[in-house]
Amino acid sequence: MNDIKVIVEKCVGCGLCIKACPYVAISLVDKKAVINEKCTLCGACVDACKRYQAIVITRTTFSGQKVAAYSGIAVLAEHRHDRLSSIVPEIIGAAKVLQKTLNKKLSAILVGKNVKHMAGEIISYGVDEVWMIDNPKIDDFAEDVHASLVTDILLEKKPEIFLGGGTVMGRSLLPRVAARLLTGLTADCTELEMDPEAMILKQTRPAFGGNIMATILCKNHRPQMATVRHKVMKPAKKADDGHEGKIVEMDYIDIPDSQVEVLEFVKEDTNTVNIADADFIVSGGRGLRDPKNFKLIEELAQALGGAVGASRAAVDADWIPYSHQVGQTGKTVNPKIYIACGISGAIQHLAGMKSSDIIIAINNDPNAPIFDVAHYGIVGDLFEVVPELVKQIKGK
Amino acid sequence: MKIIVCIKQVPDTTNVKINPETNTLVREGVESIINPFDMYAIEEAVRLKEKYEGTVTALSMGPPQVESALRESVSLGVDEIYLLSDRAFAGADTLATAYTLAAGINNLEGADVVLMGKQAIDGDTGQVGPGVAENLGLPHITDVRKIEEIDGNGYMTVQRLLEDGYVRLKVKLPAVLTVVKEINEPRMPSLKGKMRAKSKEMKVWTAADLDIDKERIGLSGSPTWVTKIFTPPKPKGGKIFQGETRDTVSELLDELVKGGIPIKRGGGK
Ligand SMILES: Cc1cc2nc3c(=O)[nH]c(=O)nc-3n(C[C@H](O)[C@H](O)[C@H](O)COP(=O)(O)OP(=O)(O)OC[C@H]3O[C@@H](n4cnc5c(N)ncnc54)[C@H](O)[C@@H]3O)c2cc1C
Ligand SMILES: Nc1ncnc2c1ncn2[C@@H]1O[C@H](COP(=O)(O)O)[C@@H](O)[C@H]1O
Repeated sequence: MNDIKVIVEKCVGCGLCIKACPYVAISLVDKKAVINEKCTLCGACVDACKRYQAIVITRTTFSGQKVAAYSGIAVLAEHRHDRLSSIVPEIIGAAKVLQKTLNKKLSAILVGKNVKHMAGEIISYGVDEVWMIDNPKIDDFAEDVHASLVTDILLEKKPEIFLGGGTVMGRSLLPRVAARLLTGLTADCTELEMDPEAMILKQTRPAFGGNIMATILCKNHRPQMATVRHKVMKPAKKADDGHEGKIVEMDYIDIPDSQVEVLEFVKEDTNTVNIADADFIVSGGRGLRDPKNFKLIEELAQALGGAVGASRAAVDADWIPYSHQVGQTGKTVNPKIYIACGISGAIQHLAGMKSSDIIIAINNDPNAPIFDVAHYGIVGDLFEVVPELVKQIKGK
Repeated sequence: MKIIVCIKQVPDTTNVKINPETNTLVREGVESIINPFDMYAIEEAVRLKEKYEGTVTALSMGPPQVESALRESVSLGVDEIYLLSDRAFAGADTLATAYTLAAGINNLEGADVVLMGKQAIDGDTGQVGPGVAENLGLPHITDVRKIEEIDGNGYMTVQRLLEDGYVRLKVKLPAVLTVVKEINEPRMPSLKGKMRAKSKEMKVWTAADLDIDKERIGLSGSPTWVTKIFTPPKPKGGKIFQGETRDTVSELLDELVKGGIPIKRGGGK
């Protein structure tokens, strides 16, 4: 039976565990830690109490697959509209870093119709094998079919690590694959590292809206699966020296029928690039006061070749569609530069943009919390600052 | 039509503040709320019921105090509430959670539509919805921003949000959907609803009540182990410019250029 226990003799009553517990499940009674029923056995306190080792979790695990039978790394070669998604070189980049320690084969799974022309590009990033199913029956968006085929390939090829994109597609597909394989899956990782001794994948990701980071292991099950957050990993570069790789056609695997029929894809024609993909994002909030003032934001975004984001306040006021909302109930973005204009920096907004490389805040209130996370800030009226930025960027 | 909505109780991160000295979360007075995305799932379930007739059942897995979240859902229009609660469920990762919720749904003899939130704001994974669907052998659609209609043959047409637009999809029910905020605007609880919420009977099921493999629930059924939790490093103090607009802007741009940031001049791609 699984349990969490405080070893009373070892507990010094320091309270570090209380600070570490995300669920307010620990209190001190007579200077000893006591764990209540809110505990989810997440293990944060065990980590916090490393020094005294006064908290232990005992666990039994259901037997996983034969771990030793699995070898190598595989990545999902996601594609849309006949092109590899921009996340693919990023996942390959992350995989190649792991490969340095693991020293095993790196493969990619490519499933779809008329996809063969992408295999060469995948190989050029340094991939050894492309496991491919190219079949006219497979639609880009039929992820139930993709899930089934990807599972079959993984069962046959048995990689010890399988990575996908933290994209809409990846985050929908991989949980289904993991549930079929009865293995673990860590969502939206921002850091991946091989433990050089145990040869286990250390998967680190933000939780609680980016307020805490957790490192997660999948010890007894294979493959170790993770989705990777967009724009965090360094993308692999195409090798000019003609990296050798081969295409393995897995065309004997049965293609199931999709239960979901695609009627149409509607591209949103608003504002240049989509925010998940953009290197530069200019976001507007309630400080804009009026929907027509989003023009200012658009102009700056255009001058930078970036995309337009928004706070929830702006979306709720119907100034801009929800697809632009950044934050806990919107999208998580990771651009090189995030410019927040007239956004106060509520914790839910920060949850979606805090990991941007550089945050620039423009706000007329010097005490706005956005300045606490901003790398650069201008205290001033956005109606003056934003046009001036456009002018100087264009003029420079 | 039978609709099941899966809801999770989570700590309200609105009230979570960072202690600037220790850089840790301040959790005093943090309340538990229904996961915000699940509020949209509840509202959509109630709207489906109002449009196509049927019942809405809310299902949750968690400790006993989740009762308050389930009762709140009644005040918002949910008809029946079920809680899967057992110490043996504790420590479940998304795989074990999806397995357990699916067992609960099977115990309820399934549904025409299972609605869930896009993701829970504590774990932020979004993996439970597709996992439940896989366990039930049903199709799923994530990030649903609109249910257009359910036709007479039991096909549902929905719009699903993607990075660069949306896609219209048609799926034969039963199916599992996860919803985003755009789908609706949740109503406030009615007075009558609040009264009903107080008196509503809540059914609690333990592991023994479900048709499940005990090895696949809770911590034992969870392949992923959290080994370390830490607070992310804060940005190292920003540079704030104040003064004449023209000066602050040029100081900022100079600073960016000095930092090697590729400001593209002359406009869009
Ligand atoms: C469950 C939940 C989920 C949420 N999810 C999200 C989410 O995903 N994303 C999100 O963004 N929010 C989210 N919120 C809302 C969040 O709490 C804030 O209410 C919201 O982010 C505020 O938006 P804002 O910064 O645009 O508006 P405000 O907080 O009103 O800030 C406007 C700012 O503009 C400044 N300003 C005004 N005029 C000017 C001017 N002329 N020049 C310069 N500056 C000016 C003001 O000083 C102020 O700081 C969520 C809330 C809840 C409860
Ligand atoms: N313990 C739970 N009880 C009921 N529903 C849950 C539970 N955990 C997750 N869910 C549902 O699954 C969705 C996604 O959660 P997650 O995968 O944890 O981000 C939530 O919005 C809920 O609808």
